[in-house]
Amino acid sequence: MDREQLALLKELMALEFTALEFNLYLDTHPTDQRALMEFNSVIPQLRAVKQKYQERYGPLTAEEPSSYPWQWINEPWPWEICYE
Amino acid sequence: MWIYEKKLQYPAKVGRANVKMAKYLITQYGGPDGELAASLRYLTQRYHMPTPQAKGILTDIGTEELAHLEIIATLVYKLMDRASIEEIKAADLGGYYADHDKGLYYVNGEGVPWTAAYIQSKGDPVADLHEDMAAEEKARATYEWLINLSDDPDLNDTLKFLREREIVHFQRFGETLQIVQEYLDSKKYY
Repeated sequence: MDREQLALLKELMALEFTALEFNLYLDTHPTDQRALMEFNSVIPQLRAVKQKYQERYGPLTAEEPSSYPWQWINEPWPWEICYE
Repeated sequence: MWIYEKKLQYPAKVGRANVKMAKYLITQYGGPDGELAASLRYLTQRYHMPTPQAKGILTDIGTEELAHLEIIATLVYKLMDRASIEEIKAADLGGYYADHDKGLYYVNGEGVPWTAAYIQSKGDPVADLHEDMAAEEKARATYEWLINLSDDPDLNDTLKFLREREIVHFQRFGETLQIVQEYLDSKKYY
């Protein structure tokens, strides 16, 4: 995986993590309006980066339309990537 | 249902192959306080939780633990991947190799296979949430001992991330316990 792809993947991981951290916090603080606003502002950023990543490097889930041949099985899988 | 996303939650970094470390680390794959036990514990306890917060947090943390299971698997895979037979023998992993080669199997650091006896599902939300808080602390302690055993800064970065998650989960379970206790008290007296 080239450095550009890895950088975008890490950006996506960071945004996904931010969303998850707010998700868990909101589960036990569903009326915290500030946290809710923060969560709502992260989601469009996450969606945009996810879309950009998938357009460039292929599907992240098997629910994306695919060019020929079926792109979902393309390597590398997550355990095959060198993250260092 | 669950949908697989083809990425890790956090980069699984390994500075160098290290079979001995793989042997220690695999306990977070299939050991008593590992990620498989965590995920299956929370995902099966959620059905008898009385409040929406508790149903949500057990679903979401149970799902996050699956992502941690995948990180641990990736770390063990990378630590073992290019190991020679000599290195496997030197790390006293010959017994594991005879049964699995380098395939990932759910065992603790001593090779004991995973068992459902590691987890509980008591049908009592207060009892289960206490178990969950203890489980997070035990997993945090395990990550600390693993960090003590490792001299690989890349690996330790990933292990420190996972250790932090146990602390956050402990906090969320504590809040959930309070919400559940208040709910049960209100049902009892009013």
